[in-house]
Formats: sequence, C-alpha cells, structure tokens
Amino acid sequence: MKKNKRRTALYIPGHNPAMVQQGGVYGADTVLLDLEDSVALSEKDAARILVRNMIRTVDFYNTEVTVRINHIDTPFGITDLEYIVPVKPEAIRLPKIETKHDVIRVIELIEKIEKKHGIPHGNIKIHPMIETAIGVQNVFEIAGAHPCIDAITIGGQDLTADMGIVKTKDNAGLDYARKAIVMAAKANRIDALDSVFADVNDDEGLRIETEYAKKIGFTGKAVINPRQIDIIHDVFNPTDEEIRVAIKIVKAFNENAARGIGVFALDGKMIDAPVVTRAQHVLNLADIDINDL
Amino acid sequence: MVIKQQAQAGTFESSDMLVLVEPVSEGTGRVIELHSPVMVQFGKSIKEEINNALDEYEIKDVRLICNDKGALSATISARVETAIRRALQIQDGVLPS
Repeated sequence: MKKNKRRTALYIPGHNPAMVQQGGVYGADTVLLDLEDSVALSEKDAARILVRNMIRTVDFYNTEVTVRINHIDTPFGITDLEYIVPVKPEAIRLPKIETKHDVIRVIELIEKIEKKHGIPHGNIKIHPMIETAIGVQNVFEIAGAHPCIDAITIGGQDLTADMGIVKTKDNAGLDYARKAIVMAAKANRIDALDSVFADVNDDEGLRIETEYAKKIGFTGKAVINPRQIDIIHDVFNPTDEEIRVAIKIVKAFNENAARGIGVFALDGKMIDAPVVTRAQHVLNLADIDINDL
Repeated sequence: MVIKQQAQAGTFESSDMLVLVEPVSEGTGRVIELHSPVMVQFGKSIKEEINNALDEYEIKDVRLICNDKGALSATISARVETAIRRALQIQDGVLPS
C-alpha cells in the first residue's frame, strides 16, 4: 500500500541505473526520478528511456514514484512526457512553472498522450515547482489551476538565482516565497514540499531547516542523499505526547458527536472542529486509525 | 532499419552496461560481442534481451560490443535502445545538432 504522506522526496538522477533501481529501498515516501538538472544535456535521451524501463519493471515497494521532466519549452520536455506518461508514474513534477497557463498547457499535453495510449485521465498527479519570482507572484492561481495538482513545491536554488541573491543557510531571501507557497497549498488543500538542504554533511543544519519548514506549514521536503531521510522523518513525525493528545481529542470528539455535541471542553480547553482536524492530521501522520484502538 | 553511424550508450559503472554499436555491410547479420561477469549464469538471457531490442527496430546487420557490469534487464534494453537510436540518427528530444 502506498504511503499517504510526503515527508521526504528523494531525488535520483535518471541516467544512473544503480541509483534508480534502488530508489525504493531507502524508506523515502517519494522517489523523484530526475530527467532535468541532474542529467547532462547529452544524456537526456538515455535517461528518459532508462526511467521509462525502470518504472515498467522495478518494484519501488510502497514508495510514491514521481518523475521530474524538463521544462516544456526546452527541446526535451515534450519528449519526456511522451516516454513517461504511458508508464503511469504516480506524479510528474514540472520545473519552473510561472503561470497557471504553463501548468494547464502541460496537463493538456498529458491528456493527449493518455488518450493516445488509452489511459484514463486524472490518475497522474501534477506537482508544479515554483522557481522564479514571477512564479511566486502567481502561486495561488498555479496551485488551484487543475484538480490533478495535489502538491506544490519550491525550488530554492533556482529561485535565489532568479532573484539574484545568495542562498544563505537561514534562507532569509526565500522566506516570503516559502510562506506564499505554503499558503497557496493550504488554500487549495494540497501538499507543500520544501526545497533540498544541500549540505549533506550538516545534519544539525538539516534538522533546524526542517523544523522551520514544518513550523511554517510544509508537509515534506526534497532530499538529495538517503542519509537525510531519517532526520526529516523524525522532524515531521508527531511526538508520543502529540499522538497521546490527538487520540484523546478524536476519541472525545467521536463520543460527543454521537450525542450531537460539536463543541466541548477537554482538560479545560475548548475543542472544536479545527482542533479535531489538527488532531486527526497527527493520527494520519502516525498511521493510527482511531477505530483500531 | 540500417545502422548509419557508430554510437554508444551507458557506462562502465556498476549495474550499467556500455553498448557500442557499429555499422556492418549488408548480409553480415548481428555480431554481438558480450562481456559480463555473470556470463555463465545469465549470458543467454542477456543476449535475448539485446536481440529483443534489435528486433524492435528491425535491425538485421549490426556489430554490438556490450560490456555488462551487472545490469538489470530494464537497463540492458534501455542502453541498447539508446545506442541504436543514436546509431540510426533517430533520437528525439535531444539538443539540435
């Protein structure tokens, strides 16, 4: 069964068979098979054929399989879709989306390819990447442009380059963009995925950045090295205390709801619908079904 | 289809296969030179995988040198297909030459 959370998305260069075939063993929630920046211009054809074959034959266990294609206006993007859509990855990540028209254009191309191959439309999810200042300005419209979009993500490296600033460890220059992207995701009830943490030797820095990402509302983070996965999961997983409180709240809600009571007090605090929603979210993250308890 | 030029795909890295394709004269048939650390166990099935990829493109005459480093069948067929498309000059979605 696929995981219903996206705490980690592990980037894997699409031209490297050893890494692609092992993508599912590291425990990331998502593998991001990359045809874009990690693949040399001369190897684009080789990477897309390899990724297509691997998706057809490799069992990625319960890891969500996502492919990042090249931008549709490059000589590679449309061909990427022609090779990848027929093997039906769970999601396709679209780099440098700047307007809702950009994303609609790609979705229409996907639909055309699906029709050609007799594949029902709507099963492949779309994850636009916001990597330019104009993309940030349009992020609300982008996030809600189509029902196939179920996550939106920030590309921190490209965005700082587009803004002409240096990417610092405290991400000061990206703060507005990250919060705008999170808010657009929340408004559209989709996931918000944070950018990579580039220094794979700085575990403490990764933890601090992930804690901040969680605090401002991101639901997960991209990963460039499997050793980053456990730290990020640890941050995004609820604590034992959070789980205990959530169980108590949801149980009390269910008992009160059965008696027709929507708002009640628990341990001196008012419990209403938003509190219950947050508690339910904690249980989802912990893979706990209240009915099993 | 007729091989137009020499081409290659893949690498010498673990789990990969380096494939070199060369044109040969008509009527030569398929000359496949395979080097693999698992030749005894999997030589036959690797050759079958290579031939299947050649069948897809209806290649009758070709010389292939394949250096296998323990590639899965998905990788073998991908590398052969890439090398063939390059040798046939029918790659799509690449930089304009």
